[in-house]
Amino acid sequence: MSASSTPLTLVSSAPRERGAFAATLHALLLDLRPILTTLRRHKIAAGLIVLEVALTCTIVTNALHLIQTRVDALGADSGMAEAGMAVLQVRYSKALPPERGAGVAAEDMARLRALPGILAATTANQIAYAYNSNNSGVRLQPGPKAERLLVAAQYAGDDHLLATFGLKLIEGRNFLPEEVLDANKVFSVEEPRIGQVILSKATADKLFPGRSALGQSIYVFGDAPSVVIGVVEKLSHPFVSRGRGDGGANSDEYTSIIFPLRGAGFYVIRTDPAQLAAQIKAATAALEAADTGRVVTQSNPLAEMRAKFYAQDRAMAWLMGGVCVALLLVTAMGIVGLASFWVQQRTRMIGTRRALGATEGQIRRYFQLENLLLTTTGIVIGLAGAVALSQLLMQSYEVPRLPWGYLPAGAVSLWLLGQVAVWVPARRAARLSPVAALRS
Amino acid sequence: MFLHYLELAARSARASKGLSALMVLALALGIGACMTTLTVYHVLSGDPIPDKSARLFNVQLDAGDLVGWKAGEEPTFDLTRFDATALLRDKKGKRQAMMSGTNAAVGINDAQVKPIFSMVRYASSDFFAMFDAPWQFGAGWSAADDDGEARVAVISAALNEKLFAGANSVGREIVVRGQTLRVIGVLKPWRLQPHFYDMTLGSYAESEDLFLPFSTAMPLGIGHWGNMDCWGNGPSGGNPMDLKSNCSWVQYWVELDKPEDAAAYRAYLVHYTEAQRAAGRFARPTNVRLRNVMEWLDARKVLPADVRLQTWLAFGFLLVCIVNMVGLLLAKTLRRAGEIGVRRALGATRGAIFAQFVVEAGLLGGVGAVLGLLFANAGLWLVRHSPNDYARLAELDASMLALTLGLALVASLCAGLLPAWRAALVTPAVQLKVQ
Repeated sequence: MSASSTPLTLVSSAPRERGAFAATLHALLLDLRPILTTLRRHKIAAGLIVLEVALTCTIVTNALHLIQTRVDALGADSGMAEAGMAVLQVRYSKALPPERGAGVAAEDMARLRALPGILAATTANQIAYAYNSNNSGVRLQPGPKAERLLVAAQYAGDDHLLATFGLKLIEGRNFLPEEVLDANKVFSVEEPRIGQVILSKATADKLFPGRSALGQSIYVFGDAPSVVIGVVEKLSHPFVSRGRGDGGANSDEYTSIIFPLRGAGFYVIRTDPAQLAAQIKAATAALEAADTGRVVTQSNPLAEMRAKFYAQDRAMAWLMGGVCVALLLVTAMGIVGLASFWVQQRTRMIGTRRALGATEGQIRRYFQLENLLLTTTGIVIGLAGAVALSQLLMQSYEVPRLPWGYLPAGAVSLWLLGQVAVWVPARRAARLSPVAALRS
Repeated sequence: MFLHYLELAARSARASKGLSALMVLALALGIGACMTTLTVYHVLSGDPIPDKSARLFNVQLDAGDLVGWKAGEEPTFDLTRFDATALLRDKKGKRQAMMSGTNAAVGINDAQVKPIFSMVRYASSDFFAMFDAPWQFGAGWSAADDDGEARVAVISAALNEKLFAGANSVGREIVVRGQTLRVIGVLKPWRLQPHFYDMTLGSYAESEDLFLPFSTAMPLGIGHWGNMDCWGNGPSGGNPMDLKSNCSWVQYWVELDKPEDAAAYRAYLVHYTEAQRAAGRFARPTNVRLRNVMEWLDARKVLPADVRLQTWLAFGFLLVCIVNMVGLLLAKTLRRAGEIGVRRALGATRGAIFAQFVVEAGLLGGVGAVLGLLFANAGLWLVRHSPNDYARLAELDASMLALTLGLALVASLCAGLLPAWRAALVTPAVQLKVQ
């Protein structure tokens, strides 16, 4: 019986001196030729498996990458020590005149700080996850012609902001109580003057590369300088990584500045994380008791705000994950279905081979090798498709480029999937009794 | 004949239960995923005001200074109060409205009823007619009310329900920021999705609960929620909402008689810009935008990128499901080569065999469609319970229902063509000899 005329080839035993590995390899190579011959007769079915594996590979690698970008967003660092923080918002049924804003805020801060469980409290014009942001262009020269070097997220709070947000001061000093200004007063003159400013490290590095920012002047609202008195390690834009688009080329989510201004806005408190819920209640009661004409409309732990802020990213990651699992399942089903069909179709061939001395392992290996060949072809096409799709996504959806690591990962998972899927039909083939198989 | 084929198909499906179930399940999953994402896409990319969307235009002027200016950039989305007031005074369109939004406590003179924090829109008088607001009681205010800073208000059905238990409240009084306003109109439930006339507070925000004249809102110091861009000295020491401030925060819409009038209106905007520059107010080169509703939605990228991505993902999934079905159908068909041989020997034509197998694929497709519809409903239920601002809009309508069934049938017939063709090619003699 010659190997070329029919796929019913016997595997010759390899010479012993070549060693076990070489022997296996030799056996595999000998197996290949009949497999190729068989596949040539089933071009369409084989092509469909290849196509299915290729499509799955293309989609799954990109979907996994998209999931990873979402998961990265979930883990983004706002720069704040978020545990134990809560944000309160007070609303008045009768409008509070703007000129009284800072005075009331100062009284409220004194009230909050007097509570035994409150470790720190500050007013803030904005905070991460609260869906509002103030952004200002920063110049290093006065005058209308001076260039805005970057656009920074502009925070405003009192001398307790650093402690309440849990920011780490890496250079210089915090604001002094007497440096904190009344925001309404500052902005009610033509030329706002704010003497001091604290920068995030990212801002300092961008504005003053290679030198210390301390003592330098920046210009934000007009032509009055603000002197940099401190640098904090990290403070993100209130929209964290989504704030990237706000500032233009020279800014990222960590370019932020802090001004010593007190006014109406958010009240932020820091407590022992274990007591957060109780302390929020106590703070709310204290604020509402002080003036019955107002209500604390929002009082949320920052962790909750964060969870809500990222809820859509999380949902999208789950959805993509679900589709990936479904895709892999469908592909596995397809492989099981076609492999079973082939086993059934080749029952007689299997019987012949077994009768002529082929072992169960050899029959099983035949189907496994066949599957490996098909999935490999599919994977090669699929990886090319994955790179192309990634290019398309980059252009249309501002998705970052697919990192190379996803390609081998996708390849390995589809190889594994193929081998797992073919295992059951291959084993069934191997266990066919030669006599029964030949009689069929 | 068709019925006979259908019976044969059912018998064949019963004969290989596992394989048929696999195919139907995969197809149904693909159809379900596609319909879920397509429905979301369909709902979100819809025309909020189909009768008028080609005649309603948003106006953008580039009033900023030269600091940080780059040629070709989009002008600010809103206008300054100064420019909006000037355009409104010129009345060059059929109707026009300047407006902005805020949030305020709305109460009544009754200590028992607590004030309700409500979204507020202050606008000039044409607002209601321009956006086809539906009236339950009363009507909106007039241009004379705009001029006279009339203390009047229009409230939503929901707010009317909360404050006045749904009764006709025209003529009743409400209290906003300590001032009394007289209710002159109550709207029916009104939902414009997307909330296109002002998208700074979310593209799919609910319609407001309180409406009052722009001119009345200003002396009330009612505040502003939404986007505000300032340049130069910004408010110049005053309130950023003052007439003289360099801040843009007012939405401006114009309704024209017919879409072709847009060119003339654009020419008017260019003329206005040049006059402002001559007067020393505008520093930038002329850069005006006049977009109708759909162009405006497109420019604001109102359809979330995620939704488009999901839709593509679902179609990729469906494609894999179809390829899978082709493969399995082919296997199933070739397994029955003997049967086909007998049928052919007994006189069935190739056409008859082809038809039989296409009908079989169609039957699987039909079952897949019904199951897919169930999956789509489950998917949409999940979407409605997901944390998006558009989540509550995701409902399957009749056109999407028809599309689901059509898509499933087309998908399964496509999947059935190749196997049916292969079946038709079976040579009876060879098959009979083998048996």
